[in-house]
Amino acid sequence: MAFLDFRGGSGRVQIVSKRRATCGRHSWSPRVGACVQRTHLVRKRALLGGSNKPRLHVGSGAMEGAMQTESKIRADSRTEPGPRGPGCSLRHFACEQNLLSRPDGSASFLQGDTSVLAGVYGPAEVKISKEIFNKATLEVILRPKTGLPGVAEKSRERLIRNTCEAVVLGALHPRTSITVVLQVVSDAGSLLACCLNAACMALVDAGVPMRALFCGVTCALDSDGTLMLDPTAKQEKPQRAEHCWEALRDDHHRGCPSGVEYCALEAPVGATWWDHEARAVLTFALDSVERKLLMSTTKGLYSDAELQQCLAAAQTASTHVFRFYRESLQRRYSKS
Amino acid sequence: MSWCIKNLPAMQETGSIGTADGSSLVKLGNTTVICGIKAEFGAPPTDAPDKGYVVPNVDLSPLCSWRFRSGPPGEEAQVASQFIADVIENSQIIQKEDLCISSGKLAWVLYCDLICLNHDGNILDACTFALLAALKNVQLPEVTINEETALAEVNLKKKSYLNIRTHPVATSFAVFDDTLLIVDPTEEEEHLATGTLTVVMDEEGKLCCLHKPGGSGLTGAKLQDCMSRAVTRHKEVKKLMDEVFKSMKPK
Repeated sequence: MAFLDFRGGSGRVQIVSKRRATCGRHSWSPRVGACVQRTHLVRKRALLGGSNKPRLHVGSGAMEGAMQTESKIRADSRTEPGPRGPGCSLRHFACEQNLLSRPDGSASFLQGDTSVLAGVYGPAEVKISKEIFNKATLEVILRPKTGLPGVAEKSRERLIRNTCEAVVLGALHPRTSITVVLQVVSDAGSLLACCLNAACMALVDAGVPMRALFCGVTCALDSDGTLMLDPTAKQEKPQRAEHCWEALRDDHHRGCPSGVEYCALEAPVGATWWDHEARAVLTFALDSVERKLLMSTTKGLYSDAELQQCLAAAQTASTHVFRFYRESLQRRYSKS
Repeated sequence: MSWCIKNLPAMQETGSIGTADGSSLVKLGNTTVICGIKAEFGAPPTDAPDKGYVVPNVDLSPLCSWRFRSGPPGEEAQVASQFIADVIENSQIIQKEDLCISSGKLAWVLYCDLICLNHDGNILDACTFALLAALKNVQLPEVTINEETALAEVNLKKKSYLNIRTHPVATSFAVFDDTLLIVDPTEEEEHLATGTLTVVMDEEGKLCCLHKPGGSGLTGAKLQDCMSRAVTRHKEVKKLMDEVFKSMKPK
């Protein structure tokens, strides 16, 4: 049986999970702010003779966090509760592999509240019209959370597909097709990076040969040049200059007969004027071997120097993501 | 690392299509793209009542290359359309507020149709040039709202040019195995390349878009070289565009 041990004082949540013959369960850990899903594929594991440990791995993205390697799976929370402070730090991420039975490989990747589910079919038979004589044909299908896929999804599919093509050793499987299907479960910022991470984990789960792993990192630049890694949806929104509260207040004060000190004009309730909203959002895909730039897509205006700064920050952040991949896979395949 | 730089001449004409409000024809080597802009009335979006719309559409027909089939737009056309929409949005080439006639009721909608007549690679650069040239060419008539009938009255005799705030110029590179970078690749080079990179820069050296759809990896230093090349390219293209407009203005 599984139980949740909650220690409110230090803000740490421990999830101790054991083998269970029934299907998976969701558990919500409010401190971490992520929905942690546990799926126990006991029967399958018993058949394969592998360990019965669930394949859920939760990681902390904090630069200063250290990964726990005990058998208990713990969700690390930050030392101070609440939103992360300024500076470079990623949100919490979690990954679960092999959760779908039909695809050859599948993975679910969570970054904060953003969650993407990926499934990989391949190498499989390919339509004659699409076959390439000397390598595998890679296809990516991205389904948005609501609505039909549009032009924006097609553009993202092209980006993810070309990134995967650069790392997958297609020459080992000529005249076959490898299909990656991505389903957006929830979008709370940094969606493309989360899709890339999920695709990579799913490709690994499917056993597709790759020359390197890749990860996605998003950077946002706000109006005064501050860098934010892994922005939330609110932080990614473009700045609305016309709603500047200071300008409104000054305009009012100029015409106000009673003088500034008697003015009762208050900021509207629920205003987000002071939130740092992005002037530019940059998404990069980096490979694991030399941290080279595989893919980049950007929104907004920024200078050359800021680009180099974001790229350097993304390269540093990617080391944490790759470490998380490595530990997640080690945990999965270890026979303890 | 070695560079291979080709400076293919870019010819352009503007105002060649009489029925469109703005048009241009750009030839980048053999790649030819024609852009036509039609302005129509539309209701502004409910969440931005003082903004108009700019709707780009890139059409890659079987005319331009054997790779395309007739029917709904394929992936390459959709990606190019999305790229152009992003460039318009990011570079703030025109203020959407300038397109508003009456807040919440009437605004201009600019339909930009980019048709490729000959696809010999580097379609994104050619489309961006064509769009910029056509937007500079657009003349919108003056519109007044009649208070009694609440109808719009168009004065075709009084036309004004759009206020183009920035001039974004795209520079594309084909990457070969991280060592060779070719500027302005042809279709054959694109097909053989292991990756492509497109940089869109405006005159202040600000980047509007860094579009690298996968492909082989690039280090930060290589990226820096690409940026400096993009800056020189911007100057060349701006000079050409200014020449064409100077020769056209007294009409």
